[in-house]
Amino acid sequence: MNWIGRRLPRLEDPALLKGGGSYVADRAAKAAAVSFVRSPVARGTIVDIEIPSDATVFTGRDLVDVKPIRPILHRPDYVAIGQPVLPIDRVSFCGQALAVVVADDAALAEDIAEQVFVDIDVADAIINFETALAPDATPVHPEAASNVLVEGRMKTQGLDKVFADAAEIVALDVRSHRQSAAPMENRGGLAEYDAGSGRVTLTASVQMPHMLRTGIADTLDMPESDLRVIAPDVGGGFGQKMSLFPEYVVLVWLARKLKRSVAWIEDRRENLLASAHSRDQAFSLRGAFAKDGRLLGLEADLRSNIGAFSCYPVTCGVEPLMAFAELPGPYDFAEYGVRSRGVTTNTCMMAPYRGVSRPTLTFSMERMMDVAAKRLGIDAAEIRRRNLIKAFPHRSPTGLVYDEGSYLQAMEVAIDAADLPAFRARQSALRTLGRYLGVGISVFSERTGYGTPAYAARGMDIVPGYEIVDCSMDPSGDVVLRIGSSPHGQGLKTSLAQLVSDELGIEPHRIRIISGDTDATPYGWGTFASRSMVIAGAASKLAAGKIAVKLKTIAATLMETSSDNIELKDGWARVSHSNQAMEIGALARAAYHQSHRFEGLLPGLHENAVYDPGGTFSNACHIAFVEVDIETAGVRVDRFLVVEDAGVLINPMIVDGQITGGVAQGIANALFEEIVYDDTGNLLTASFADYLPPTAAEIPEIEIMHMETVSPESVTKAKGVGEGGAIGAPAAVVNAICDALSPFGIELFELPATPQRIREALRRAGGASYA
Amino acid sequence: MKAAAFDYLRPAGLGEALALLATHKDDCKILAGGQSLVPAMNFRLARPAILIDINDLDELDYLRADADQLKIGALTRHAAFHRPVVEGPLGTLLAKVVRHIAHYPIRQRGTFAGSLSHADPASEWCLVATTLRAEMVAKSARGERVIAASDFFHGTFTTALEPDEILAEIRLPLMTPDWRVGFYEFSRRAGDFALGMAVAATRVEDGTIREARLAVGGVADRAIRLGLLEDQLVGKPASLAIIDAIAREARGMIEPNGDIHASPEYRRDLIAASVKRALTEALA
Repeated sequence: MNWIGRRLPRLEDPALLKGGGSYVADRAAKAAAVSFVRSPVARGTIVDIEIPSDATVFTGRDLVDVKPIRPILHRPDYVAIGQPVLPIDRVSFCGQALAVVVADDAALAEDIAEQVFVDIDVADAIINFETALAPDATPVHPEAASNVLVEGRMKTQGLDKVFADAAEIVALDVRSHRQSAAPMENRGGLAEYDAGSGRVTLTASVQMPHMLRTGIADTLDMPESDLRVIAPDVGGGFGQKMSLFPEYVVLVWLARKLKRSVAWIEDRRENLLASAHSRDQAFSLRGAFAKDGRLLGLEADLRSNIGAFSCYPVTCGVEPLMAFAELPGPYDFAEYGVRSRGVTTNTCMMAPYRGVSRPTLTFSMERMMDVAAKRLGIDAAEIRRRNLIKAFPHRSPTGLVYDEGSYLQAMEVAIDAADLPAFRARQSALRTLGRYLGVGISVFSERTGYGTPAYAARGMDIVPGYEIVDCSMDPSGDVVLRIGSSPHGQGLKTSLAQLVSDELGIEPHRIRIISGDTDATPYGWGTFASRSMVIAGAASKLAAGKIAVKLKTIAATLMETSSDNIELKDGWARVSHSNQAMEIGALARAAYHQSHRFEGLLPGLHENAVYDPGGTFSNACHIAFVEVDIETAGVRVDRFLVVEDAGVLINPMIVDGQITGGVAQGIANALFEEIVYDDTGNLLTASFADYLPPTAAEIPEIEIMHMETVSPESVTKAKGVGEGGAIGAPAAVVNAICDALSPFGIELFELPATPQRIREALRRAGGASYA
Repeated sequence: MKAAAFDYLRPAGLGEALALLATHKDDCKILAGGQSLVPAMNFRLARPAILIDINDLDELDYLRADADQLKIGALTRHAAFHRPVVEGPLGTLLAKVVRHIAHYPIRQRGTFAGSLSHADPASEWCLVATTLRAEMVAKSARGERVIAASDFFHGTFTTALEPDEILAEIRLPLMTPDWRVGFYEFSRRAGDFALGMAVAATRVEDGTIREARLAVGGVADRAIRLGLLEDQLVGKPASLAIIDAIAREARGMIEPNGDIHASPEYRRDLIAASVKRALTEALA
C-alpha cells in the first residue's frame, strides 16, 4: 500500500486532543517565575532604574558582559545594529525589556515588577516612514548615519524605453499596516540548571532550536555544548518564533547566575507589545502597459518598517530584500527598476511572518492588474492570461529561476469553478436591491524549499538552508528519524512518516520522529519559509532510501536472489514473480545480529542524508466572493476558492489544513488585523479586544482544488505550501471589495480594508447614504 | 497577567453579603460571573482589596414575571435568555439581543445584573434597560431603593450604585403582544463590543405608530434614549419615509466618541444604519 497521497489522520493529534500535549508552560510549574519590566515609552535615555530592596531584579548593568544581538548581512548597503539584551542607556521601543524580576510565582514577580521604578528622559519617537525618512530625521540608532539600515537597488537597461513607449502607465501607492503573527501560544522559556554538569537546558516555544543554541552561546560567550535547547509542542509560530529574542538569553544567563530553574511564560499583552511585528510596508509602483494589456516594465519604491532592531539570524533585510527580489511574482516581463529600503523606527522589531513581504507585493501586483485591466478595457482574467509566465524554466528580471508551474492553468481551473457568468448575473440583480457583491482574483508564485544558495545570495552571515536527517531502523524493524527541522504544529511528523513508509515498506505508526532537541537531533534550521516538507522531507527520503538499499541487499542474500528483485511493501520484503518473502523486522534483526553474513555491509541500519536544494516555486490562484454592506461598510466573505499547485501532495488533508489556515490569516490581513501605535510610539492594540484576529464566524469554508506539476527541483516531488494561503488572500479579498464597489468607482490600496476605511472611501466617492 | 493580591469572601446569604459590603465599601468588588471583572483584575486595571463572591446566594438566582414586569435576579446568567423567558415581544427581544453578547462560554457565566453594574458603554443589556425604562432595585444593609434607568447610568463604568449597594434585581416592563421590537448591532467580529447598535420598539394601530421606544448604544459613554425621536414617531404612519427621516435625525443629534475602530464620523453612520434597521424590524 502506498502512504503518500493519503489523508492519514495526524499522528500528533491523539495526544494533543486528549490533553497529552506538552508545551513550555506545562513543564514550568516547578521553576521560579520570571517577569520583565518593560519600557512604557518608545524612546529616551535611561536616567535610573530603582529596584525594591530584597527583591531579585537584574538590569542591563548586571549583564554588561553579555554581547548584544547583532546579526550581519555582508552587503555594502547594510548597517549592522546591536540589540542589547537589556539596555543600559537607551530605550528604543515601547515594551523593550529593561529589567528582569525573579520570584517564587508569576503573581509575585508581577508585584515586584510594578515596584521597579524606571526613570527615563523621554525623547520624540520616530514611528512612521514620514518621520523616519524626513531629510532632517534624527537617526534612531546613533551608530547609523540614517534610518535606512538596508537597501537593495537595481534597474534593467531597457526600463526607461518601455516607459517611454507605454500605452498606459498605472501608478499606485500601496500601504500595508503592521501585523502580528499572533500565534495561539505566546513565547515562553524554561531554563533549567544542572548542578552536576553545569549545563543549562532551555525549553522554549521556538521554530529554530539549533539556531537559538548558537545565538545564545555566542551572546553569553559559552560553549554550545553547555546548552541544550528543546522545542516541545509549539502552539504556532508563523515566523514569529524564529528569532533570537533577548528574553531567552536572559533566561539562560539567570539559570547560570542563580543556579536554579527559571521560567518566563509570555502573556498576550507582552506578545503584542514586544515579540515581533511585520508587514508594515509602503510600496509605490508604476507599471508600463502595452495597449493589449501586456506589462512591459515595472518601477517600484518599496519601504519596509523594520522596527527598532534587526532580527537574528535573518536580519532586517528579510522583508525589504524579499520584496526587492520577488515583486515580479507570476508575471513575465523583462524590465524592472526597484529601490527597496528597510527603515528603522522606535517600534517593535520586524521579523518574518508567514508570507514575508509576498502578501503585500502580491496585493500590489494584483491591485495593479485590476486597475490596468479597467483602464485598458480588458477583463481582469484576460489581462492576467496575457501576462502570466507560460514557459519554464523562467528567469525573472532579478535572476530568479522559476521551475515548472501552472500559473495560467491554475487560474483557468479556478475561473471555471467560480462560474463567473452566474455570479455576474446575481451581482447585477442584487445591485438593483442595494446589495453589493464582488469577486476578486489573485494569482501568485510562492518560492519554497530553498537551500543555502538563496540565503547566501542575500549576503547572510549565517547561511541556513540545508537539512540533515539521521534515520535508523532498530532490530524489530521500527524506525527512528532524527530531524533538524522542528515542527510548530503543522503535522510534519505525519507527513514525514508517510514519506518514509513508502521508502521502507512499513506502516507510518512504526516511524518515530525526534525533533526539537539539540541533544538528540542533527544540527538543522527548524521550520520556516515553506521548507520542511521539501528539504527535511527529501533528506528523510534519501536517508531512508539508503536503509532500503541495505534491507534489499540483506533480503537478497537471505533469499538467494538479486536485490533488484526485492520489493519492500506492507512490512514485507518480497521477491518479485515468486511467493518468497521475509518480514522486514526479520531483516532488521539480521542486520544487527547476523551482520557477519552480509559481505560488504556495515553492521546495523543507521544512515543519514543531507539535502540542500535550489528551491522550487509553488503557485496558486485565489478567488474571493464578498458582499459589502454600504451603510455600515461591513464586509462578509461569502465564498473563497483556492486552486493550489504544490506538486505531489504527501498528505492532502494536512496540505488543505495549511491552505485553510493561511487563507484565514490572509483574510485577517485583508479585513481585520492591524497593530496601531499612537504618535508617541505607545501601542494602542495590546489585547485581542483591539487587535482583531478573526473568529471562525468570519471565515467561510475554504474550497480547495489541486494541480500537480512535478518539478525536477524537488526530490520528494512536493513543493512547499506553508505560506501560500496567507500570500494570496489579501489581494483576492480587496479586489473583490473593489469589484463590489465599482458602481462608486472605488479603488482601495490599503490593508486591512477596515469598515471605517471603506466607509470613508464611500463618503469621498459620494456613496454615503446619510451625507 | 496575574491579578494583584486580594482577599476572597464567599457569603452564604444576602444578609451576610450586605453586611460585608457595609463593612468594606470601596475596598471590595462583587464577583458574580466575573467575565469583565476578572480580566480587568488580570490586567491590573482593577485591583479590589476584597472580592465578595455572591455565587452562593441562590435567593438572587431567579427570573419572575408578574402582571406587568419581568423581574431579573442578580445571579441570572446571560444564557438564561437564549430562549424567550416570557411570552410576547419582550422575550423575543431579549433572546435576539443575547446572541450578540460575547461568546457562548462567556454567556454561561456572565450575569445580566453584572453587565448593568459594570456599565460598559457598549453593553447590550445597558441599552435594553435604557430603551425599555428598566427599574433597578439596589439593596444595602441600609435598606432598598428603586432607581430608574435614566438615573442609573452615570457614564463609562459608573452608576448610581453606592459602594455598599448591590444591584439585586432588574425590572423590565412587559410588552403587550401588539408591540413589535427590533435590534441591530454592528461589530467587527462575532461577539465583539458594538461599534454602534440600536433597540427599537413600537406599538402600531391601524398603520399609525401609537407608542415608540428608541435608543442607541456603543457610541457614547452610555446608552442614549432618543426621547425626542420617540415623540416624533408617535402619531405618524409606519413608513419607509419616517424610518429614513428618524435615522437621519439620530445621526445628527448625537456627538459620538471616536477610537481606533471607529471615528466619530463613522459612528454617526453606524447610528443611522442601526436606527434604520432596528426601526425597520420594529415596524415590519
